[in-house]
Order: sequence, then structure tokens, then C-alpha cells
Amino acid sequence: MKPDAPKQYPTPYIEQKVLKPVYLFLLFMMGLTGFGQMPIFKRYYIADIPGLGWTGKFYVTHYLHYLGAIILFALFAYVIVTYWGLFRRSHALSKAAYVRIFLLAAIVVTGIFRTLKNLPDVVFSPNFTMFNDISHLVFMMLLMVFGIVFSITKSGWLVPRTVRQTARGRRS
Amino acid sequence: MALLSRRAFLKTGLATAGAACASQVPLPAAAKPQSDGELATLIDIRKCVGCEACVEACREVNAAKYPEPEKPFPKMYPSRVKVADWSEEDKREVRDRLTPYNWLFIQWATVVVDGEEKEISFPRRCMHCQNPPCADLCPWGAARKLENGITLIDSDICLGGRKCQVVCPWDIPQRQTGVGLYLDLLPSFAGNGVMYKCDRCYNRIAQGELPACIEQCPEEVQTIGPRSEILAEAHRIAREEGAYIYGEKENGGTNTIYLSPVPFDTLNQAIHKGPGKPHFDPVEDQMAHADNMAKAMLIAPFAGIAAGVSRVIKAAKHADEPPEDNHEA
Ligand code: SF4
Ligand code: SF4
Ligand code: SF4
Repeated sequence: MKPDAPKQYPTPYIEQKVLKPVYLFLLFMMGLTGFGQMPIFKRYYIADIPGLGWTGKFYVTHYLHYLGAIILFALFAYVIVTYWGLFRRSHALSKAAYVRIFLLAAIVVTGIFRTLKNLPDVVFSPNFTMFNDISHLVFMMLLMVFGIVFSITKSGWLVPRTVRQTARGRRS
Repeated sequence: MALLSRRAFLKTGLATAGAACASQVPLPAAAKPQSDGELATLIDIRKCVGCEACVEACREVNAAKYPEPEKPFPKMYPSRVKVADWSEEDKREVRDRLTPYNWLFIQWATVVVDGEEKEISFPRRCMHCQNPPCADLCPWGAARKLENGITLIDSDICLGGRKCQVVCPWDIPQRQTGVGLYLDLLPSFAGNGVMYKCDRCYNRIAQGELPACIEQCPEEVQTIGPRSEILAEAHRIAREEGAYIYGEKENGGTNTIYLSPVPFDTLNQAIHKGPGKPHFDPVEDQMAHADNMAKAMLIAPFAGIAAGVSRVIKAAKHADEPPEDNHEA
């Protein structure tokens, strides 16, 4: 973005510079509070580290996990709308983005089922509950693995369409 | 109220609530609002004589569900992880608190009733909360609620992490090391046995029988029936005979309603409390935050959409000129 650039096709500037770190921080917190749902942080002394005592408190991690989900839901909706409304014509989704979207959608859906189950009056079969819980965990771990892979291969979310066209040789 | 007698319960309460799950307990059908089908018990403290017939009955009919741990226990890391072992002869005999082998115990209190000092007794066990944190927060779905209002812990799935006990307002579930699924996973590093507590004789209820402690009580201290009727009866007695109610609102509502001749804060001060010996404190709904935040989750995407749309509109106003080089990836 040159300061003197003329009005131009929008680039995902806020999305890249502001939302991305927020998103990564939220994912990290969701991972931490999610793992905190298992009784491991106390056992493995994590909750003994000064400032991390809350990781061993189940109601606190549960509250934070829900809070993170609320913010992520808003963020996902925002990103979907702005991509469709602004960047779709200038940027394509990368293959890595499709993988991420699939995993995030699976995490969201299983998370919604878990939230439903925690409402009073909602009873799921034990098999479904277990399948859902384990899926939520597995998709999350896959997202972590792919996150690491993609950070090594430097696969972002968006591929500028102009670059592709240039690569193909001609820009009309 | 005829409904509350044993026989009438068998005819009506079980016919409706029991039939729904007779074929499937402990595998209830998928999500369905089921408050109406919940069975609650009424425990009239004024009638209890402390004979412990209920305790014996519970131990007898549930003996087959008790843990038979393998010894020696696998070594657990780190060393702060303590073994919980109630399986030795003498420990199995403990009857004055909740243990993995004693899901019901008689609590005693000396209180003044009608100007007269009296020793009163009453059975204590899992409250079977309507929105049980033990089940909501169990990471594996081992603890769960059935449609008929029973909360139980599946001993085949439970890993014994004790989270249910930590989040239970009454610290009800009790751990036994050396049994269960964790032995087949990473016994040294994760899990620590299985948690046990009253399952309100779910298997007996499924067959149209009464929970053993209710059936064997000579004083008919406990009755069981649809929650709304149990509550109506509790309120009638409270009104007409001046008794106090516990369990209706505690933790957002439980399926165990106590009736006491003295206020529950008085009773609470008069009982021994500690591990395996639950209190009668007032208890806020522990899962209220989850219910409220679930609603916020419904609204959140709309907030995101609104923010996104306003960003698109703003940007569109500036986008009337053709694109320049877009190098951002
Ligand atoms: S059997 Fe009945 S009277 Fe005897 S201790 Fe139990 S509840 Fe009380
Ligand atoms: S009393 Fe405790 S163990 Fe029983 S259902 Fe409620 S939370 Fe679960
Ligand atoms: S309902 Fe069944 S499991 Fe629960 S205390 Fe009574 S006898 Fe024991």
C-alpha cells in the first residue's frame, strides 16, 4: 500500500494486519481452554505456574472457551461477508484455505452440538456425545498440525488473482 | 396424593417415564426436551429413623456395579497423582460417608424442633441435578443425564479424572483407582480409575422397579414420581405442616427434593461436612453461564455480519476506480 496510491481495489489490509493476530490469539486460547476441559493442567503442574492457576479451574476455562467461541463466531461471519463482498474478485482462496475452512467448520459444528448438549433438557445418546467430543478434539489437533505445515510452506489464505494471471503470462 | 404411593408410582410414573426408556436405558434417544419426563424423589427427613436399611439395600442391589480393581495399581506420573483406594475389606465397609462402595449414607444432625432438642437423620446421595455440571463438563460423555432425570457415570467409559467431583456442587462422585478404561490407554499418564455415585437404580427403574433404597425403607421416607407432582406435594406439605424445601432451586433445580422440619441453614450448621459428606449450602445454578453464553453464540454471527456488511459498503464507496496492483497475499 503506497501512501500516495490512488483509490484502488480493496486489499485485505485490516483483515491481515489486525484480525489475523486476533484470530491466532483466539485459536491459541481456544486450544488452551479446550485442553483445559481435560483434567491435565493440574496434574502436569501447568496450573502451578504463576499466572496460569486459572487453567486448572474448570468453570473458568469453560467460561473462556464459550467466550472465545462467541468472538470467533462473530469474526468468522465478518470474514465470510468481507471476503464475498470485497476480496473475492481480487483474491482466490488457496488450497490451504479450503483445508482450514473444512477443519474449522467441523470444529464449529461439533462445538455447537456440545453446546447444545450442555443446555438443560437436551439429552444426546452417549455414543453420539463421545463421538462428537472426540471429533471436536481430533479436528482441533488436525488444525494445529496443518497450521504448522502451512506456516512452513507459507501457505496463506488468499491468492491474489492478478499474480496468477501474471504467472500465466498475459494481463489484458 | 395417590400418585406418590409406591404402587401408584409403579402404575403411572413408571408407565410413562419408565416406558420411554425401558428399552434403551442407558441409551436414550437423541436430543429432545424432556423436563416433563423427569422423575424426582421426595425425601421427607421428618420420617427417617436412621435405621440404614436404605444403605444396606443400595449396597446389596448395586454390589455388582462396584469396582474390583486390579492390583498392584499402575505407577502414576507425576508423583502428585494420588491413588484412591477403597477396595480393601475395611474400607469397603465404610458407611458414614460416600465412597465408591457406598453411594448412600445417613447423615445425622442435632437440631431443635418445636422447642425440643432432637437427633434427626436423613439419606444423602447424588441430587440428580436437572442440568448436571458433572455430565455437562465431563470431557468424554461418561457422565450423562438420562431423559428420566437420572444422572449416571458410565464405568466403562469414565477415566477417573475426577472432574465431575470437582465441578459437582456437592462433591458427590467418588474415585476408585485401578479399574476402567484408563488401564487400556496410558495408565501412568492419564486417568486414575473410575468415579462412582448413585445412579438412582436406573436399571431397576427401566424394569419398572423402584430404586432399592426407596423400596426397602420401612418408614417410606422417600417417594418418587414425575417432578412436577413431587414438587406440588412438597409444597403442600411445606405449607400445611411447616416444613422446609431443598433441591427445588438449588443448582438450577435437582430431582431430589428434601423436606426438613428445620430451615436448611440450621440443618447445614448441624451436620458433619467434609470429603464424601455433602453440605446443605444454598447453591447457585452452576451452568447458568453456559446457558446465557449459548444465547450469545446465536447472536454473535449477526454482529459479525453487520460489521462485515458495513465494511463492504464503506470500501465499495472507494472502489469506483479500476484495480491497481494487488500484491497482498
Ligand atoms: S431406610 Fe428409611 S428410615 Fe431407614 S435410614 Fe434409610 S431413609 Fe431413614
Ligand atoms: S449432585 Fe453432583 S454428581 Fe449428582 S447430578 Fe448433580 S452435579 Fe452430578
Ligand atoms: S437410588 Fe439406587 S443407587 Fe441411588 S442411593 Fe438409592 S439404592 Fe443406591
